[in-house]
Amino acid sequence: MPSPADDAPVVGESPLSSERAEPAIAVDRLSKSFGQLEAVRQVSFTVAPGETFGFLGPNGAGKSTTISMLCTLLRPTAGRARVAGIDVAAEPGKVRSRIGLVFQDPTVDDYLTAAENLRFHGQLYGVPHAVLEPRMREVLEMVELVDRRNDLVRTFSGGMRRRLEIARGLLHSPRVLFLDEPTVGLDPQTRSHIWRYINSLRKIEHITIFLTTHYMDEAEYCDRIAIMDNGQIVVCDTPEALKQLVGRDRVEISTDDSDATISELAARFGLDASISEGAVTFFVANGEEFLPRLFAELSLPIRSVRVARPTLDDVFMTYTGRTIRDAEASGTDHLRSNPWVRARVGRR
Amino acid sequence: MSVDPLTGPSGVPAPAAGDLHRAAARPMPAVPRVHEVSGRLTDDLRGLRVVWKRELIRFTRDRLRIITSLIQPVLFLFILGTGLSTFTSSATASVNFKTFMFPGIIAMTVLFTAIFSAISIVWDREFGFLREMLVSPVRRWALVVGKCLGGMTVATIQGAIFLLLAGAVGVPYAPLMLLTLIGEMALTAFTLTAFGILLAARMTQVQSFQVVVQFFVMPMFFLSGAVFPLSKLPSWLAILTKIDPLTYAVDPMRRAVFAHINVSPHAIRVLSPGVTWNGWMLPTGVEIAMVAVMALVLLLGAIVNFSRTD
Repeated sequence: MPSPADDAPVVGESPLSSERAEPAIAVDRLSKSFGQLEAVRQVSFTVAPGETFGFLGPNGAGKSTTISMLCTLLRPTAGRARVAGIDVAAEPGKVRSRIGLVFQDPTVDDYLTAAENLRFHGQLYGVPHAVLEPRMREVLEMVELVDRRNDLVRTFSGGMRRRLEIARGLLHSPRVLFLDEPTVGLDPQTRSHIWRYINSLRKIEHITIFLTTHYMDEAEYCDRIAIMDNGQIVVCDTPEALKQLVGRDRVEISTDDSDATISELAARFGLDASISEGAVTFFVANGEEFLPRLFAELSLPIRSVRVARPTLDDVFMTYTGRTIRDAEASGTDHLRSNPWVRARVGRR
Repeated sequence: MSVDPLTGPSGVPAPAAGDLHRAAARPMPAVPRVHEVSGRLTDDLRGLRVVWKRELIRFTRDRLRIITSLIQPVLFLFILGTGLSTFTSSATASVNFKTFMFPGIIAMTVLFTAIFSAISIVWDREFGFLREMLVSPVRRWALVVGKCLGGMTVATIQGAIFLLLAGAVGVPYAPLMLLTLIGEMALTAFTLTAFGILLAARMTQVQSFQVVVQFFVMPMFFLSGAVFPLSKLPSWLAILTKIDPLTYAVDPMRRAVFAHINVSPHAIRVLSPGVTWNGWMLPTGVEIAMVAVMALVLLLGAIVNFSRTD
């Protein structure tokens, strides 16, 4: 067995500089092509230790391809990436031992018990024997599966499997936890449960979390998000800052004559309004301050009014010119064409 | 728009202040609590052991599979064997045809169990578990060798269970013979598992398993001398049997059995003629060495195939 001194040396780092100085993930002009297709183009970003960083974008935007490169499952075509201080191309084995992974498709063995799945993982990752059992208990407690530990995974529900995968991803105390669409395919209640676990684990474990999602509401949980579209990062900031960047609130009003309202809004306020879901909709800075003026000056009586703060959907629309749902419809998931990471889609 | 990796587009230092969960202010844990895998042989060997152990856990848990995979050889031995023995007694020099078939059917048990075990990699891929292994820090060769040893152990246990039937077909429970057979079964099983993994390395659908069985397993089985003696065959068939790698695994097993039963030299010449190359009778040692070399080559091929990354 190695002495504590040769455990976990950080390559290329002087003993004086602290762990904190080095970003958890540093990506520099990373690209990946599959033949003619450029799945990821010149992506650069940095994730600080302890941060929760989200990749947001439609399916096929290149999120999974990027995560696969960071996890050393795919080799980058160009560019560099360091995860937990290690270059992913130069020392993939070392990167793997420092990261935890939860995939969007299940990767637990149905014919083993929860405890056996964890033990298998712990031994693959070299968790010392004395630490393994208490650590297994710890992670199972975190996802509330302790009393099911000796049951076959086959008997678990979709949400329980995902929780087990999260527990397993944490078992070897990784520096960075990658969650690829951690809640895809789960019902809303289970989704919110999973998020409760993720939020509690970042308090307990103090680890860096890198996740991908195409649910706008889930991106709100992140410290920072990067919006990805067509293989590129279009914008990267905190959810709040991104929403402020949109700058305008959405106002929906209904009157007896929508067409007359639209032309009056254009004539009197210079606003470009349109009908959306039966209501006259327009964007204006500081919607709440605008309302008194609207009530005073509009000749038609207003029957109802609604002011909404910009959502991440609006952010996505501002930067890409379409909604994430439209983008989904035209996207394809390149990861699934890779035989090594391919798994049956839509199982269970 | 260009994004500064350090600050983000708004120029705010990466994890901006103001959020409850804000990260940067929180100290990172000083040292990871676990031992870090870093390419040492002991790490790979531990990975190898755990992959092997999983095969055993799954095998012992699946009692139905243990029983059902014994049914086919029992049918071959007692139904086909009994049926054929009624009109072959003159040609087999009064040796029970089931006695002749016994070592062949052992080889068959090993063949099917080992290939099935190897093909379970395709199953693992389809159900995702393969990824759990592939993304681990353990190197690929250790995973492949672990899987081969797992298939070897499972197939040898299955074959050893079948050995219990020896008494029913007139084969004595001679300890030396049993040990020899078990050793030969283990080597054969390892080779066949490596072969199966090589085939399975790029296979993405469980349905392809049928193709493997029809194109490789059945021809290998029929040409190996498991169900009929390789003496007095027409030359086209004799050549095919000599190409079949399984022939060189079945022959040593049959020799081991025939060395421990009481039969005439004539019967041995007819039923256990050995394999000849251009008139040269291959000694058992050469046959076993050939199987061992095949095992290494196939294992290497499987490892190379499994170590490719996109």
